[in-house]
Amino acid sequence: MSVIYLLISISIVVAIAFLYAFIRAVRSGQYDDDYTPSVRMLFDDELLKETNKNQINITEEKQL
Amino acid sequence: MDTEKCFHCGNEIIKKDEVLFDEKSFCCTGCKTVYEIFSQNDLTCYYDFQASPGATPLDIKGKYDFLDNDEIVAKLLEFQEDTTNIVSLYIPHIHCSSCIWILENLQKLQEGISTSQVNFPEKKVRITYNPEKTTLKKIVELLSSIGYEPYISLENFDEGKKKVDRSLIYKIGVAFFCFGNIMLLSFPEYFEVEEFWINQYRGFFRWLIFALSLPTFFYSASGYYVSAWKSIKSGMLNIDIPIALGIVVMFVRSTVDIVFDYGQGFFDSMCGLIFFMLLGKLFQIKTYDFLSFERDYKSYFPIAITKVLPNGNEESIQVYDIAKGDRLLIRNQELIPVDGILISEKASIDYSFVTGEAVAIDKKSGDKIFAGGKQMGKVIEMEVLFSVSQSYLTQLWSNDVFQKRVEQKHKTITDRISRYFTPALLGLAVVSFVYWMFFDTATAFNVFTAILIVACPCALALTAPFTLGNVLRILGNRKFYLKNALVIEQLAKVDTIVFDKTGTITTNKKTSITYEGTPLNDAELKLLKNTLRGSNHPLSRRLYEYIPNYDRIEITSFEEIIGKGVFATLNGNSIKLGSSQFLEHMSENTHKKTKVHVEINGVYKGSYVFNNQYRNGLEQLFEQLAKKYSIVVLSGDNDGERKILEKMLPSNATLVFNQKPEQKLDFIGNLQEQGKNVMMVGDGLNDAGALAQSNVGISISENVNVFSPACDGILDATQFDKIAFFMKYSKNAMKTIYMSFGLSLLYNVVGLSYAVTGNLSPLVAAIIMPLSTVTIVSFVTIMSNYFARSK
Repeated sequence: MSVIYLLISISIVVAIAFLYAFIRAVRSGQYDDDYTPSVRMLFDDELLKETNKNQINITEEKQL
Repeated sequence: MDTEKCFHCGNEIIKKDEVLFDEKSFCCTGCKTVYEIFSQNDLTCYYDFQASPGATPLDIKGKYDFLDNDEIVAKLLEFQEDTTNIVSLYIPHIHCSSCIWILENLQKLQEGISTSQVNFPEKKVRITYNPEKTTLKKIVELLSSIGYEPYISLENFDEGKKKVDRSLIYKIGVAFFCFGNIMLLSFPEYFEVEEFWINQYRGFFRWLIFALSLPTFFYSASGYYVSAWKSIKSGMLNIDIPIALGIVVMFVRSTVDIVFDYGQGFFDSMCGLIFFMLLGKLFQIKTYDFLSFERDYKSYFPIAITKVLPNGNEESIQVYDIAKGDRLLIRNQELIPVDGILISEKASIDYSFVTGEAVAIDKKSGDKIFAGGKQMGKVIEMEVLFSVSQSYLTQLWSNDVFQKRVEQKHKTITDRISRYFTPALLGLAVVSFVYWMFFDTATAFNVFTAILIVACPCALALTAPFTLGNVLRILGNRKFYLKNALVIEQLAKVDTIVFDKTGTITTNKKTSITYEGTPLNDAELKLLKNTLRGSNHPLSRRLYEYIPNYDRIEITSFEEIIGKGVFATLNGNSIKLGSSQFLEHMSENTHKKTKVHVEINGVYKGSYVFNNQYRNGLEQLFEQLAKKYSIVVLSGDNDGERKILEKMLPSNATLVFNQKPEQKLDFIGNLQEQGKNVMMVGDGLNDAGALAQSNVGISISENVNVFSPACDGILDATQFDKIAFFMKYSKNAMKTIYMSFGLSLLYNVVGLSYAVTGNLSPLVAAIIMPLSTVTIVSFVTIMSNYFARSK
């Protein structure tokens, strides 16, 4: 039965780990700007697509 | 392809200026150049995220020469090392996702930039670059050349690194952690299953709960103890006293309960209460990162200026280093930082930052020019009379109003309620205690603490933050940005509204004049122009400038009847100009329009209509406001427009002219001494004193991102006619608060009835507290949204 001591201790330790992670995230300024990252996330694809397209264009020109 | 709008900036294209490039049309070569830069660097997908996102780059030649000065650059940098420099630049034009994209790809345009990161809400870009490969000046010039000119002012120069206060978030995090865990651990006891299993572990659970409550009690709730202590010391009973008392009593009683094994205590309710109240605090804080409510002249003034050395060379010097007798060079669009005397032959100075008047004023050599003006046109040279701090405009800031910022000049509604609530609560607790003492000492202590616990004004303390926080957001969506929630309460109390004239009730776009009636031929226009030359009436002057130039004709006779019109004869033609009564011509249409009627040789020709330079809906707005508020119009100009204004304003409005900035400030002060609650609505820097002095200072801004003096709220100029609605809404917000106070008192009565009879179990407390919180929060949210919808 004393396994309950162990289980609860583990659960508290896990919870403390999450609290620590949260405080660290806030301290590093992650939550200061909550808009730009949501837009930035969508960009990386766009840029990649664009460069690919340009590369294709260049190769086509060479063939001509 | 839309040929009407510029592909880059979206402005209308004037056909003769149209520039075609790459099958796309641009409104000017500037826009085309930006497109060229982007297309050469494979960055054209800038135009994919948003149609025509750009801005026309302005000519900035020489404007940023001061960035060659290492000392100035060092002040602007956030971080400086041999190979890495970091700078944050404020760019007002940032407005869409294309902006973020292009600014985060700056490294493609300029070698030496390693990364750039945009903070959209603050409209800032943070650039990391290698000072060996590029310079700050090059970066700023690059940004300007692609239409993203950064805004660098004296303010950047003075400010140190801002410290962000995140302690509230930490407190909420800790409180939530404790609250959640305690709730879980309390569950077995809620159901009071008298089992062997529970009994065996009870001690362990309870002491664990006690340990978990410590961080919340000592750290998260610390703000309430401090505030309660301060309010006791200053003799003002605020809401934090019963809160702090409730928390402390709850903690002590629960600890006693555990130690003597009376029960499980109220730790769960205590942590929940603290968590919800902190959440309310967070909700009340709504900041507009891209706006600044604390601006003074520093955010308008440039950092450096070009000084002409005696040997004719030019040098960039810091504005603070300008001394009397220096010769300065002011370029096109540059701000004059100090008072001085014009040396160049001619200058055209735009004082719109100061007065709100958009028409530039012409100055001749030898004229005095004041700080705050912007040179329009050619480069001018001036000699300095006063240093920055001694100049006419900047001296306004040495007034006391700007020195001390009194935070609590006003008692909040919650504090006023708690002045009655706190003594009543303590009274009730003592009476019940004494009553129970006759029966049973143990119950008496129980009841005493239970009352303090259950009456802890959680719902009461949450009402105002949630209502005001929500109202703040709703107003923000309607482009009325308030500094903080306190302003709403003050807005509801206002009884006198003072308006500035130029730039506030008038727009700073130039008046347009239209003609109605039989078209006038050249000869008739010539007569008209010559008649107007003699008249000094403001309308005549404006009309004179409007009519094209003609040769002079000798005036045979000229008579001006004040307030009516002009009667003149030229070359045997008689001309009558003026009001409809003067011409005995009664037109059926609105007399409120400003018109000048024309009669030539006894024949009525038509009238010139002066399209309102006043903001749209001004008359209706004043009509609505006049019913409930006394209205004053303060103007820095002479009383030339008194007649027109009197016609437009309700009869009980006061008009005051020829007011200097300090006089405006004193005027507001006088009204306040008479016991009035004054709201000042202004715009320019010359209103800054009055805005600071008034109970609520609202600044009207055509472009909220750029300029506004220090104030309590910024109103987008397009929303000017909604002022009456905003005032009404703020009153309704207060009504909502009162209603929900009633609701939360009801909860208190229910809770107290348990407490007084000695029946408050931890389970009841754990149910009542969150329930009351949820009801209050949903009630105020629904009510404030309802009031926002009803016009």
